[in-house]
Amino acid sequence: MSRDKTMTAEEVVGRLRSGMTIGVGGWGSRRKPMALVRALLRSDVTDLTVVSYGGPDVGLLAAAGKVRKLVAAFATLDSVPLEPHFGAARQRGAFELVELDEAMLMWGLTAAVHRLPFMPIRAGLASDVMTVNPSLRTVTSPYDDREELVAVPALRLDAALVHLNRADAHGNGQYLGPDPYFDDLFCEAADAAYVSCERIVETSELLKDAGPQSLLVKRAFVDGVVEAPNGAHFTSCAPDHDRDEAFQRAYVKAARDPEAWREFTARFLSGDEDAYQAAVAAFHEEEA
Amino acid sequence: MSGTDTPATATRAEYCVVACAEAWRDAGEVLASPMGTVPTIGARLAKLTFAPDLLLTDGEALLIADVPAVGAAPRVVEGWLPYRQHLAMVATGRRHVMMGASQLDRYGNQNISCIGDWARPRRQLLGVRGAPVNTLNNPTSYWVPKHSTRVFVERVDMVCGVGYDRAAAAGPSATRYHRLPDVISDLGVFDFETPDRTMRLRSLHPGVTVEEVGEATGFALTVPDEVPYTREPTAEELRLIRGEIDPKGLRDREVPS
Repeated sequence: MSRDKTMTAEEVVGRLRSGMTIGVGGWGSRRKPMALVRALLRSDVTDLTVVSYGGPDVGLLAAAGKVRKLVAAFATLDSVPLEPHFGAARQRGAFELVELDEAMLMWGLTAAVHRLPFMPIRAGLASDVMTVNPSLRTVTSPYDDREELVAVPALRLDAALVHLNRADAHGNGQYLGPDPYFDDLFCEAADAAYVSCERIVETSELLKDAGPQSLLVKRAFVDGVVEAPNGAHFTSCAPDHDRDEAFQRAYVKAARDPEAWREFTARFLSGDEDAYQAAVAAFHEEEA
Repeated sequence: MSGTDTPATATRAEYCVVACAEAWRDAGEVLASPMGTVPTIGARLAKLTFAPDLLLTDGEALLIADVPAVGAAPRVVEGWLPYRQHLAMVATGRRHVMMGASQLDRYGNQNISCIGDWARPRRQLLGVRGAPVNTLNNPTSYWVPKHSTRVFVERVDMVCGVGYDRAAAAGPSATRYHRLPDVISDLGVFDFETPDRTMRLRSLHPGVTVEEVGEATGFALTVPDEVPYTREPTAEELRLIRGEIDPKGLRDREVPS
C-alpha cells in the first residue's frame, strides 16, 4: 500500500518558500486550485515566479503583491475577458512579465517534463514575443530543410498546484470534466506537486463512474493531496460545479475600486477556507 | 419570429455574417474557429449552406456535429478537442481561425496584448494568447466589429498576430504556412491581394462609402477603381440567420443597425 499523502492546504503552503517558481493548473477561470491559492494568500510566502494559463489565480496573487515574475500567454476570466487585477498590476509595473504564446507555454512545460533543455516550435517567430523576451533563442534544424525555429526553454517548476475532481489519498488524480487542461504537465514538470480535489475517494472507487483515461495525474508525481470541496470556486469545475458567475462579477466589480477591494478582502479573504465558503454562501443568500 | 417583424432587406450585421461565412467557403474539412458573435454565426451559416464539411466546436472541448443556435447546447457531439489537441490542430494547419484585433496595421500585424509601451502598458488587454502560433500555422482572418482609427493603425504596439512584412523579414520558417485571407469589419471586407501585401478594400457593405472607410482607417488603404458591394444574403441565408442560428438577435448587439 503506497503512502497516504493527504494534508491540509496550510500544510501545502508550509512547504512552499519565497522566491519559488510555482506552476498553477487549470485555464483562465476554469478548474483553478483556488483553495490552495487562498491558503497561499494567507501565508508569508512571496516573491514568486508564477507559470499559468492565467485566471483569477494570477489576479489574486498579483493583487496581494506576491508575484515577482509571471510567465503566461494571457490572464482572463473567460466570461469577463480581462482579468482586472492582472491588468492593474501590469499597468503599475508590479511584476516582470515573460509573455509567451499559448503553444510555447505548453512546449516549455513539455520540455521540462521530458528533461530536455528546449522544444522547437514555429510559434513566436516574427512576433514581438521574440522582442519582449530577448533571451529567447532560435535553433536551426540539422536536417536538409534547415528550418529556423524558436527554442522554447524548459519551464521547470519548484512546485505545481492543481485542482481535480477526484483523487485518492496516494495522489492519483482524476478529472471528470471535458478538458484536462495541462494539469498533468504541470505536476510532471515540478519538483513537488500538490493536488486539491473536490473529494478524496478510495482507489477502488476511482473507476466506478469514469474510464481509465480520466486518471490524469499519477501518484509518482504528487507530494500532497488536499480535499477541498468547492475548492475551485469561483472558477468552473465541471461536472461538480459551474463557474460562479454572480460571484465572479462581484469580484470584478470590487477589483476595479481600491475601497471596494478592501471590503471584498475583509469579507471573503480574511479568514480560512471554511470562513470563505461560508461567506460565499451568505453572498448567495443575499443575492437570492 | 413573424414575417412582419422581418426586415425585407438585410441589416448591416447580416451583411457582416455573410462576409464572415464567405471566409470559410473553400476551407474544406477543417476546424472553423470563430471568435466573436458575428463570426460564430457566420461559421455556422457556412456549415449549414456551402461548407458542410467544416468542423465546429462548442467553444470549449467538444466538436459538435449539429449546428445549434448561438448560446444553445449541442445535441450531437462528434469529437473531443481539449486545449492541448486544439493547439496541436493549429500546427497541422487544418484550421481557419477568425480572431479579433485591438489594433491591426496595413500588413496585417495584429495586437491583442496591450496598448502603449509593453514594459508598462497604458492599458493591459488579453495578452498574446495564441496569435503567434495561429498566424504562423493556419489561415488567420480578422473580425473588427467597430472599424475605427483606434483599431486600424499605422503601427501596432505589440505584434501578436504576424503580418506579411514581419513574416517575410523573419524568413522561410515564418512564411511557410503564413496566410491572412480576410479582414472583415462592420464597414467592409479587406484582403492583402496587393503586390506589397498591404491591405486592400475588397468590398463595401451596402450603405458604406469609400470615404467613410478611409476616414475610419489610420493608414492609406489600397482602393481599387471600382469597389463592389458585399454580396446580398440569399433568402434562405436570412431565414437561417434569423430563424435558426441567431433567433435572439445577438448579432445586433455586436453590430447595431
